[in-house]
Amino acid sequence: MITDAIIANSPALLVMIPLIAAFACPFIGRISPAVRNIWVVGAMVLTAAMALLLAGEVFSSGTVVYTFGASAPGMSVPPDSGGIPVRIVFTVDAMSALMQIIGAITGLSIVLYSIAGDRRHTGLESYYTLYLLMIAGVMGMVSTGDLFNFFVFLEILSISSAGLIAYRIDRGVAVEAAVKYFVLSTIGAMVILVAIGIFYGEYDALNIAVIASRMQFTLLDQVALVLMIAALGMKCGAVPMHFWTPDAYSMAPSSITAMLVVASQASLYGLFRVVFTLYNVTLNAATVGWIIIVLGVLSMVVGVTMAIPQKDVKRLMAYHAISQTGYMLLGVGVGLAVLGNQSLLDAFGYVAMEGGIFHIINHAMYKGLLFLTAGAIFYRIGTRNLNRMGGLGHNMKYTMVFFVIGALAIAGIPPFNGFASKLMIYESVFMFNPILSIIAMVVSILTLASFVKVFHSIFMGPRLPEYADVKEAPAPMLIGMGILAAVVVLFGLFPGVVVDHLIEPAAQALVNQGAYISAVMGGA
Amino acid sequence: MDLIASLYTGSGYWNPLVWLIAIVVVFVIVYLIWSRGESGYKKGTLQTTPFISGNPEPEKSGVHVPGGNLYWGYTEALKGYYSRLVPLHTGRLNDYLLWYLGVTAIIMVVVVVTA
Repeated sequence: MITDAIIANSPALLVMIPLIAAFACPFIGRISPAVRNIWVVGAMVLTAAMALLLAGEVFSSGTVVYTFGASAPGMSVPPDSGGIPVRIVFTVDAMSALMQIIGAITGLSIVLYSIAGDRRHTGLESYYTLYLLMIAGVMGMVSTGDLFNFFVFLEILSISSAGLIAYRIDRGVAVEAAVKYFVLSTIGAMVILVAIGIFYGEYDALNIAVIASRMQFTLLDQVALVLMIAALGMKCGAVPMHFWTPDAYSMAPSSITAMLVVASQASLYGLFRVVFTLYNVTLNAATVGWIIIVLGVLSMVVGVTMAIPQKDVKRLMAYHAISQTGYMLLGVGVGLAVLGNQSLLDAFGYVAMEGGIFHIINHAMYKGLLFLTAGAIFYRIGTRNLNRMGGLGHNMKYTMVFFVIGALAIAGIPPFNGFASKLMIYESVFMFNPILSIIAMVVSILTLASFVKVFHSIFMGPRLPEYADVKEAPAPMLIGMGILAAVVVLFGLFPGVVVDHLIEPAAQALVNQGAYISAVMGGA
Repeated sequence: MDLIASLYTGSGYWNPLVWLIAIVVVFVIVYLIWSRGESGYKKGTLQTTPFISGNPEPEKSGVHVPGGNLYWGYTEALKGYYSRLVPLHTGRLNDYLLWYLGVTAIIMVVVVVTA
């Protein structure tokens, strides 16, 4: 009975639990740091459990529609509303569920890591409050079926992220990075609000399913589409709108940087939701597909080439995050470019999209892991400068193993998860345009070269005198890294299972606009 | 069995478990070759010190090559590319905004013209 009620209300609980936990955190923190830590970990465990429960429901029974305030959660269209879902509606399909799984696994690993990694700092009540708000923002963005609430959750995510980027004031540099992020995020969010206003003016609706069912692709719709693509592209760090990314990623605490990766992916989710679910075949798929492909290729090439000469390990990893986002844009962009052509979609479009979507979850795991290893090293030696590191493999063996797993995964080396998704992208994109596939492979080689340098700089060489007494990272940090490393290995060893059960349904959910609309509107 | 399902890529397939078995076989062969090698190796003797043309061996901490010295040739060869790309990353918020607005304008023209 209670279990049924929890499952039935899981979409609401998924956002409610981190929100309530966040606002209670400053009060709980006054009791004692230990109680606060238990509170935060407990809230994150519950949120992750909700996400996994809901995902299980979605992958077994199909799209879950949850209507706030309705007599029954599934009643999105009240009988007296004229066929319009007037209430706030969460629409959780396979793509949303996949993003929730990413948020749950990464979020939980980061909290465990933070308990040890950030214990020396002050103001941790505010830190965890903002962190839980980030979780609520991500979960809300990927669950909502309503454009205005998408904007609201995007703002929650941006504000909390900006606060956390500036958390370690660090002679003002972190605050500068946070201000840049905040200004760009706010302008991007305002632009998205203008696009939402255009939809509301045209179609009298804010619900994605309703707007999608009425989409005409008028000049105003084209303007709204461009505003959304550019704003969400900037938020996910696509080149040449990526400049905030290395600043923010490098200055945030490492645990927060790992979460910023997920936050960027929530924006990427928004971009895919807009082009596939909101517009689908009404737009000029080839043109918009190629725009996304070009953004992807630029991100891959500029990201990796800017990473190689970096001397700050986190800045280097931030450029790699940009580069990896390029793979996702490339894969899904190819799927979009052939959206109107069923034979091409069947021949390689679906596989390209699946590769791109698979890369989202893979990237969240291995890039999160890499940022956490960078944080563990900073925690022990107090520098991010590669020129001042060396020989740490003697003292931090577990951290080194986790780093190697993450580095091999990001470079696309078998049998780790990055190889599986990149292989899908290479082979499917090759059938679309061989040059794009070759560029993707060259970028992978450069990624490997870059991480060979990082590995050598940090771990190899003789034990340096200044780091002779350095100890391994604390156990909770290792547990956080271990969870992500385990997922990287498991997804790499059993990619067929992951693709069949998680990725393929997510790709189908994106392409099949009719199913999304009918899940919300029913026969209305 | 579902767990060992191959990943189909449209043009072929990938099965990491087969790859793992192949790697294990390779490691076994490598081990067998290694185990038949010279067994007179002794740690801490002259056998383990580097030969530097008779010069004394420097301190271990003095021979570490830091990260900044790696890939010098690569960045030098691509100096023309980097001399244009790196200055674009000015760190100024105004420039970040201009890039964002410029990209929005370009996408707007492309989408509206081709619609």
